Amino acid sequence: MKQAMTFFTFLLFVAVNAFSQDDKYTAAMKTQLGLFKTAESADSLNNISAAFERIGNAEKTQWVPYYYAALAKIKSGYADKKADKDAVAKTAAGLIEKGEAVQKNSEFYTLRYMNAILQMIVDPMQRFMTFGQQAEEAYSAGIALDANNPRLYYLKGRTVANTPEQFGGGRDAAKEYFQKAVDAAKHFKVSDPLGPTWGGEEAQKELDAK
Amino acid sequence: MQFKTPMLVGLTFLFFKCADGQILKGFITGKKGAPVSNASVAVRNSYDGAVSDSSGYFSFSYTPSQNDTLEISAIGYQPYLKVIRPADTSLQHIVLTESITEMQAVVIRSAGAFMSGNNKKGVVVSPLDIVTISQNGDITTALKMFPGTQQVGEQEGLFVRGGTAAETKQYMDGAVITNPYFRGPENIAQRGRYNPFLFNGTLFSTGGYSALYGEALSSVVLLNTIDLPERSDMMFTISPLMLEAGTQQLAKNGKSSFGANYRLTFVAPYFQILKPRADFYEGPTYHVADANFRVKTKGGMVKFFASFDQNHIGMRAMDDDSTYLKDQTHVRNYNIYSNIHWQENLGNNWKLNWSNSFSVNKDDIYRKVVDQEYEPVQFSEDAYWMLVKNFTVDDKRTDGETRLVFEKKLHQLDAIRFGTDYHYMQDKMIYNGTDLNITNHTPDLFAELDHYFSNKFAATIGMRTGYASIIDQFNIAPRLSIVYKVGRNQQISGAYGIFYQQPDALYLLRTKDLDYSVATHYIFNYTWMTNYRILRAEAYYKNYDKLIKTVPLGNTDVTYNNKGYGYAKGIDLFWKDKQTIPGFEYWLSYSYIDTKRIYLDYTSELQPSYATPHTGSVVLKRFVMPIKTQFNITYAFATGRPYYYFQQQNSAFKKLDEGITKSYNNVGFSVNYVPYIGNEKKKTHIILVATVSNLLGTRQIFNYTYSYNGLEKYPVTSPARQFFFVGLFLNIGTDRTQQIINDHL
Repeated sequence: MKQAMTFFTFLLFVAVNAFSQDDKYTAAMKTQLGLFKTAESADSLNNISAAFERIGNAEKTQWVPYYYAALAKIKSGYADKKADKDAVAKTAAGLIEKGEAVQKNSEFYTLRYMNAILQMIVDPMQRFMTFGQQAEEAYSAGIALDANNPRLYYLKGRTVANTPEQFGGGRDAAKEYFQKAVDAAKHFKVSDPLGPTWGGEEAQKELDAK
Repeated sequence: MQFKTPMLVGLTFLFFKCADGQILKGFITGKKGAPVSNASVAVRNSYDGAVSDSSGYFSFSYTPSQNDTLEISAIGYQPYLKVIRPADTSLQHIVLTESITEMQAVVIRSAGAFMSGNNKKGVVVSPLDIVTISQNGDITTALKMFPGTQQVGEQEGLFVRGGTAAETKQYMDGAVITNPYFRGPENIAQRGRYNPFLFNGTLFSTGGYSALYGEALSSVVLLNTIDLPERSDMMFTISPLMLEAGTQQLAKNGKSSFGANYRLTFVAPYFQILKPRADFYEGPTYHVADANFRVKTKGGMVKFFASFDQNHIGMRAMDDDSTYLKDQTHVRNYNIYSNIHWQENLGNNWKLNWSNSFSVNKDDIYRKVVDQEYEPVQFSEDAYWMLVKNFTVDDKRTDGETRLVFEKKLHQLDAIRFGTDYHYMQDKMIYNGTDLNITNHTPDLFAELDHYFSNKFAATIGMRTGYASIIDQFNIAPRLSIVYKVGRNQQISGAYGIFYQQPDALYLLRTKDLDYSVATHYIFNYTWMTNYRILRAEAYYKNYDKLIKTVPLGNTDVTYNNKGYGYAKGIDLFWKDKQTIPGFEYWLSYSYIDTKRIYLDYTSELQPSYATPHTGSVVLKRFVMPIKTQFNITYAFATGRPYYYFQQQNSAFKKLDEGITKSYNNVGFSVNYVPYIGNEKKKTHIILVATVSNLLGTRQIFNYTYSYNGLEKYPVTSPARQFFFVGLFLNIGTDRTQQIINDHL
């Protein structure tokens, strides 16, 4: 009995400790995700990116923190008009690589796509050849890994919508991609409880806006 | 109750895990005390940390434990680690050391250089810019829009900062291109052999170039060929002047590619309509066939390029000494050029660059004075000035060059490069039946070190030494370049160097008793550069020594020595802006030069006939979306050039006349209509191009030729006052729209 009791206590101890560990991770992630939802300024996005990176560095086996660290970093590049976008993209690429070292999946290709577009918009006429190509490659590679990732279709739709009609872009041409994003969102299987789920709703809004 | 104790331990542990202990605060500065903002501060293996604010401060709450390590990282600084004691609540002062990174650091070796490339630091124009303003696909035309060059219309080549065209050398992937231009008659400029779209990066140095290169007194043009093409495709060009067909095939695994092109340029029907002043009785006709093969290796790439060219021109022009005789010149040129380049990462920060080129060039040229029935006219020794006008030259020149460069990346961005090159040249000429042969071996050694003292200050020091067997002379050429960042987007730089060049084969065929010519460059540069605007101002002084001087022998014969000398000094300005008006881009260039030299037949130190004090150019580009049409305008201006007439008589040159030509103006205009632009679903693309050079039709006089007695002079102009081009381009497989637009402006 005494031995059994000690064993039970030990199990409880392990469980509590493990639970606390998990709980701490989830709680910290949820806190940051809450902040991320409302963050707009480059400074707050940078702070959030750094916080996600710290979580990722401490956990070592989770790809999701790096995903959000990179996403927040890229968004900071869009938020700050004066930001050195090449420098932001370089930092984001480092975070993407750290995340991919844990798990390579199509979400990181959505980030690579956004990163390429971030660098392209510095000077679209000159940079289209390189970064437009990089974005296309990320899109294809991402689809190859998960054809039901709504974020890739949504982002592609955004790019097409922002391309002048004379170059085959425009809102009508983008419709096809937004519809794909909406359809994909219905079939998308969440691989991580904290992983990204955006894209479908945003695409629906784009479709409704017409 | 025995279980209580471990249970309590477990609960206590849980408690501690959830609690935040104390506040850690501090501030981060660089070595000189300036605050470092946006630095990431983290306690290792925990979630705790913060980002420093604009004054370098940070604070956060954390749970202390034994041996906590604080990790600090910031862009532009080296990572920093600090062990913190659990009870330490004092204000932490953290001093970061700057790291030297490509993104932060100054752009080295920038004095004197215009670089084109993709998204590289220090790039002034893109490869597209180079082709955008390359008229009829001639790179030289584009480079003439940069300051420091002269608008010389009657000769091919780049005349840089008081130097002749022969003082500029061109390299493909590090190996020399001995004959970059087609061959034509005197005073008819020829275009470059190679299509600008072979290259994705160009470095045009107007002075003070790297120790890796030599044998050019003024300038080097370094052309880097593209890597693998993006996709397989086929293309055709149809125009009254030109027919072209080509293909590029990319292997399925994306690791290798091959391609081939053939182009025929046929100017004769065009001249029948335009009726140029000179009578072109044959051609001009140009054939170009080229092939390439590229394959990725383990850590690099091997590229092979070969080109087979042939061109011929037959021309009759009025004789300068007669009203009824004509000078009939016939030129036939064959050229083979091949280039093999291997670049490989050898590991451990070592890189290998092995460049090889081999070329054979054959010129068959004759000139005859003919009468009204085009029958050759013979002259006696008494009319020696007419006698020398009849000649035949058969010249076969073979060149081979191999260049091996090792590069080792040292600490941070520092790097050392060293290597050797070896150039073999053989020239066999038959001049009026007389055999003239020369063979030359030129081995060289070179080394160059890049050192960054900080992100703001860097230097490149280089040394080059060479030997030329034909003249049995050695040279030692030091090079130095320093650069200092004076502000955000601004840097100043300076360059110094000694440059040697062997005499041209033309002189060596006559005498081997010659020496190197020498130029010393001093350059000061200021550059302000953002993504959308560039301002570049450069001042230079250049000293020439031991230039080739012609020694007259009797009435017609000559020999050469090295008693020429001279100088050039000036200011070059360049401004590029694509920010002020969205969708509209313009560049402005201006050069001022003061140069004089005594060389060849010059009787005293004179402003050379190819140089003028003021040169300017404007480039305007605009794509009008609704009508899917691109408009481009280029404008070049130059003040008048000096011209001289030196008469040879009784072993002496006499300057019988001199003057200054009228100023030069040239407006180029092109329109490109691209009906299917951006339509990714179209497999076949069509582009219609219309181009006109010298839109305003102004009379351009480049120089004058003289009758022997110096009493009559005749202007040297282009064969036709204006040049028109209309073409249809078809591309099947992929969209090369942008390429074709730019290729034929």
